[in-house]
Amino acid sequence: MKNKVASLKEAVASLVRDGDTVVIEGFTHLICFAAGHEIIRQGRKNLTLARLTPDLIYDQMIAAGCARKLVFSWAGNPGVGSLHAFRRAVEARPPRLELEEYSHFGMVARFCAGAANLPFWPLRDYQGSDIPKGSGRVKAVACPFTGEEVAAVPALRPDVTIVHAQRADKAGNTQIWGLMGVQKEAAFASKRVIVVVEELVDESVIRSDPNRTLIPGLQVDAVCVEPWGAHPSYAQGYYDRDNDFYVRWDQVARDETALARYLDEFVYGVQDRAGYMSKNPGLAQRLSAKPRMCAGVNYGY
Amino acid sequence: MSVSAAVDYTLNELMCVLAAREIADGDVVFVGIGLPNLACNLARATHAPNMTLIYESGAVGAIPDRVPPSIGDPALVTGSLMVCSMADIFQSFLQNGKIQVGFLGGAQIDRFANINTTVVGPYASPKVRLPGSGGACEIALHAQKVLVISKLDKRAFPEKVDFVTSPGGKVKKVITNMGILERGPETGGELVLTALYPSCTFEQVQANVGWKLKAREPLSSVEPPTEAEVRLLREKLDPKRLHIK
Repeated sequence: MKNKVASLKEAVASLVRDGDTVVIEGFTHLICFAAGHEIIRQGRKNLTLARLTPDLIYDQMIAAGCARKLVFSWAGNPGVGSLHAFRRAVEARPPRLELEEYSHFGMVARFCAGAANLPFWPLRDYQGSDIPKGSGRVKAVACPFTGEEVAAVPALRPDVTIVHAQRADKAGNTQIWGLMGVQKEAAFASKRVIVVVEELVDESVIRSDPNRTLIPGLQVDAVCVEPWGAHPSYAQGYYDRDNDFYVRWDQVARDETALARYLDEFVYGVQDRAGYMSKNPGLAQRLSAKPRMCAGVNYGY
Repeated sequence: MSVSAAVDYTLNELMCVLAAREIADGDVVFVGIGLPNLACNLARATHAPNMTLIYESGAVGAIPDRVPPSIGDPALVTGSLMVCSMADIFQSFLQNGKIQVGFLGGAQIDRFANINTTVVGPYASPKVRLPGSGGACEIALHAQKVLVISKLDKRAFPEKVDFVTSPGGKVKKVITNMGILERGPETGGELVLTALYPSCTFEQVQANVGWKLKAREPLSSVEPPTEAEVRLLREKLDPKRLHIK
């Protein structure tokens, strides 16, 4: 089996290019901050950043000047309020960030179309809403069999998708449990895929529980091992979401100077995730997950 | 503004209890964070033990043992009945008509219960850029009924929203801090006042609504929270008082 293990620095250098459409997926769970930070450190520019919920990671990448355009469906700080770097860019005259905006279902449908190699995806949505008059590409399409009109959104085919996961083997067979969001569809829709894991495991571990594999190695270009790479997001069974960080970010991001200081210290000021973790002592003690093992199943026949 | 001689309660507790009572046992409910989450967990702990909590993040039949600070909290996964992809949530559950009740909120709600969570001002050059739809637009279209919990305020209740993120057609009740608004068939779907809370007046509600409000006479009063409901909220469901204040 091909060994796809690379450092995150190598993977970003070879697979993420200026001007790319980049997807770092994960709905609240498994958001790969380590990869976002590496992209910032390597100074990527003119990216189209796509994700259902831009979250703090795209707020940071927008502040760092990586993004030309944002494709999204909910741009807030979950449970806290606004994404302030995003708002500053959009509320500026003229705006400093181009938007292409959908609802969650619209974004999910766009990834479904991309993953299925279809040009568009039909959905019952948007009737009576102003969303189609916004910045997203939404049209109506008639069912060829009944004539019934439904909404349609175009396929999203990212240049590169980055998925954080609990574990993978060296060939990139990737297992995720807990919330799965739209990661499988995003990975299959994408030309290139980087998987970042908490743990690299032997192929036999993957083969012992194949139903848990969300993304097969054949779809993966690089496997990077970065424990705590999702912090302040979380990894079910490994560490809890750092809600205090999300609350504190509100104050940091309101103030451009404070935000720049944050990036200087925690992104530009470190080499990698291990460096980030050494600047955040006490995280493991505060957020490490308590065990809650499942019963297991019999795969025999 | 705590009222009632029998049981002392806050306005947030009252709104939460009134929302919980809208849920029937056996309902499948699309839950949001904040007061809707509390209302759902209160309903499940009282009159609706057989309801199913579904979160757009993919957790089905969740039984969170802490107040989830976000809609994708790990506590929604632990012990749930099913965890599925968001494609399954939006297609097989929501679009397929499996959701009885959806909760929505918004920066603006208008005369016809349309909800705006997108922009204040014009879309291309917004005065305030809000987060956007998330799953709200499709919840508004596909849940069998929609409940809104929102504090009354003239800016929050304009005659017409700046942007219709979520159409108001399925909105059953808007539970506010002074009374309850419902879409009146007699007014072509316009929101009318149908119930007032103790010590609140029609004039107070009108002063916080941006259109000439109609009332459905006779106005109902609301059944105040019971001691058991208040105790559950304070001691079990929101012990840190994150939402009930």
